Amino acid sequence: MVLLKIKFTQQRRVHLAQGLWLLSWTAVIWGAIIFCLGVYLKMELLRRDEVMDNTEIHVVPNILMIVGLASIGTNWVASCVCQDSLDATRFPRWKVLLLGWFAVAAVLCCLLISVVALSFAVQGRLEESLKVGLRNGIRFYKDTDVPGRCYQKETIDRLQMEFRCCGNNNFKDWFEVQWVSSRYLNFTSKDVKDRIRSNVDGRYLLDGVPFSCCNPSSPRPCLRYTLTDNNAHFNYEYQSEELNLYSRGCRQALTDYYMELMNSTGPVVLSVILIQMSVLLGMRYLQTAVEGIMALEDPEGESDGFLLEKGVKETMEDLKVKALILLQFWLVDPIAPEGSSEDADLEKAEKEASPTPAS
Amino acid sequence: MVVMKMKFPFQKRVKLAQGLWLLSWCATVAGAITFTLGCILKTELRRRAEVMDNSDVHVVPNTLMIVGLASLGINIFASKICQDALDAERFPRWKNMLKPYFAVSCFFTVLMLLAVIMSYAMKGSLESSLKVGLKNGIRFYKDTDTPGRCFQKQNIDRLQMEFQCCGNNDFRDWFEVQWISNRYLDFSSKEVKDRIKSNVDGRYLLDGVPFSCCNPSSPRPCIQYQLTNNSAHFNYEYQTEELNLYLRGCREALVSYFMGLMNTIGAGVLSVFLLQGSVLVSLRFLQTAMEAVAGNENTEIETEGYLLEKSVKDTVMEFIEPVMQFFLFKNQVGEGSSEAPADP
Repeated sequence: MVLLKIKFTQQRRVHLAQGLWLLSWTAVIWGAIIFCLGVYLKMELLRRDEVMDNTEIHVVPNILMIVGLASIGTNWVASCVCQDSLDATRFPRWKVLLLGWFAVAAVLCCLLISVVALSFAVQGRLEESLKVGLRNGIRFYKDTDVPGRCYQKETIDRLQMEFRCCGNNNFKDWFEVQWVSSRYLNFTSKDVKDRIRSNVDGRYLLDGVPFSCCNPSSPRPCLRYTLTDNNAHFNYEYQSEELNLYSRGCRQALTDYYMELMNSTGPVVLSVILIQMSVLLGMRYLQTAVEGIMALEDPEGESDGFLLEKGVKETMEDLKVKALILLQFWLVDPIAPEGSSEDADLEKAEKEASPTPAS
Repeated sequence: MVVMKMKFPFQKRVKLAQGLWLLSWCATVAGAITFTLGCILKTELRRRAEVMDNSDVHVVPNTLMIVGLASLGINIFASKICQDALDAERFPRWKNMLKPYFAVSCFFTVLMLLAVIMSYAMKGSLESSLKVGLKNGIRFYKDTDTPGRCFQKQNIDRLQMEFQCCGNNDFRDWFEVQWISNRYLDFSSKEVKDRIKSNVDGRYLLDGVPFSCCNPSSPRPCIQYQLTNNSAHFNYEYQTEELNLYLRGCREALVSYFMGLMNTIGAGVLSVFLLQGSVLVSLRFLQTAMEAVAGNENTEIETEGYLLEKSVKDTVMEFIEPVMQFFLFKNQVGEGSSEAPADP
């Protein structure tokens, strides 16, 4: 039972070939767009590399880039096949390649679908990575004299200013770390000594934040020290003050930014999936129609185009059998010298039957 | 005496027409690019309109936009003339239009050159405009409750952070204005009262700067207040501290940004000017070569092309004479009417 049979007259075949040629070039352009999207996403992730703990999220742009390149190649081959399809002398050379082409195109579609799923699923991993990365960044903020960490301060400052955020969850994260380096602390002063004695680890903790947390939209010049003390500043109330500092945490800000970026690639990837599948189906119809007409030896006649020669179930059985044969063949060859297969036994029997040179 | 006479055999004329057609389409694209560059410059100037006192410098992008559009029209026209040039029946209908066309084209080409010169010459005007604009911005920094000025603080803060600058000339400009609003000052405190009494106008002046002057590249957490007092901060020396705040003044930063933009655009427009000039010169040669062919039975003869029929001086006089006559006539009428009442 043939799957989805369509009759193809000469005119229809020509239209199909032309339409498919155009569609495959469109797919090449979309593949290039996907590649560029992948490169852009990768670059954005690399820019903020220092506040990320691991690179697991890089799998999304990597797959996008691979799929983009593969899509360009696959669809370019498709357009070449289309050009040759109506020429009976040039089409046969593509016959062998087409099976492989279908496999590659199917794999591409699957990869594209997986990218869409991944870009939603990876949010949790991204947040974890940012949580650890930002925590370290805030901890090492003061270490501007330690090699390998001397740019943490600048990175965190520029990050907070650019994304309009403060701290990991919020600005209170800065109260729990010593972000003023000991190089700039006067250890003879009473205030410093008090603060250091007030906690177990001997850290200089204060209820203040760096300048990069300041919100320019505030009507008041920025208050960044003694934040919890209402009396320290005139006309100031800690609980109700909203505009003075950025209220959003940097983890939230960065997660939102990257999820928005990845979600905006969603529609593009979905349309590429649709185009790729239509190229795949069109190519199958074209292949079967042209092969049919070549078998009939009447180039102007009518032929049948179909998706699968037998039903879906039977085709799967066929493929399974073929795969098993291939597997056996591959397994038999390496084991042949000492193997227990029938061929080896036959060979042995032949050897015994024929006179040996030694005897 | 003819200016720049050249011989044009038939083949050369054909090649000239074809080359000119291609060149005029390139010049059309270049004209569109000029218009786009003018739009970009205008947008950038308007973004920073709040720290500029006057809009004198806007004459540069305005001229660029006008010239870009005119250049589009001129070059499309030129390409149409080229297409008809080698066709003896269709070329004569352009004859009447060509003289005013050349006059208009020359005017706009000269205007393009003027725009390029202006983009280099407007530096002084830009600088004085920014000086006044920034001075006002810093003065009104604290007026976040005054309608019309409530966004000055945000603008100045974002400007200083984006251009990595502080104050007008440098950060000391902030020492001379009260940038903290009275709403946030405790007038019962001794310190506030002292500071207000210390100057004639009763302003709260301090040796501190807003947070937007802080330099993130500094290894030390930012010191904003008591900048001139070395003993107020540990291990701090006012004279030698370089990385704490941005050292550059915002006027200098903005001037160098805009001059960089205008110089780049000016260089691009100069090449467009050269392209446009070559289109006009080639079109003139084509016109004069084809006019010599007109009336002849054999269209493949060799003709001469030239730029100007008479010398430069004579051509200029030819253009100016009608204008002079118009003014002289007016004068004569004026003199006649002023004499008339004198007659008894």
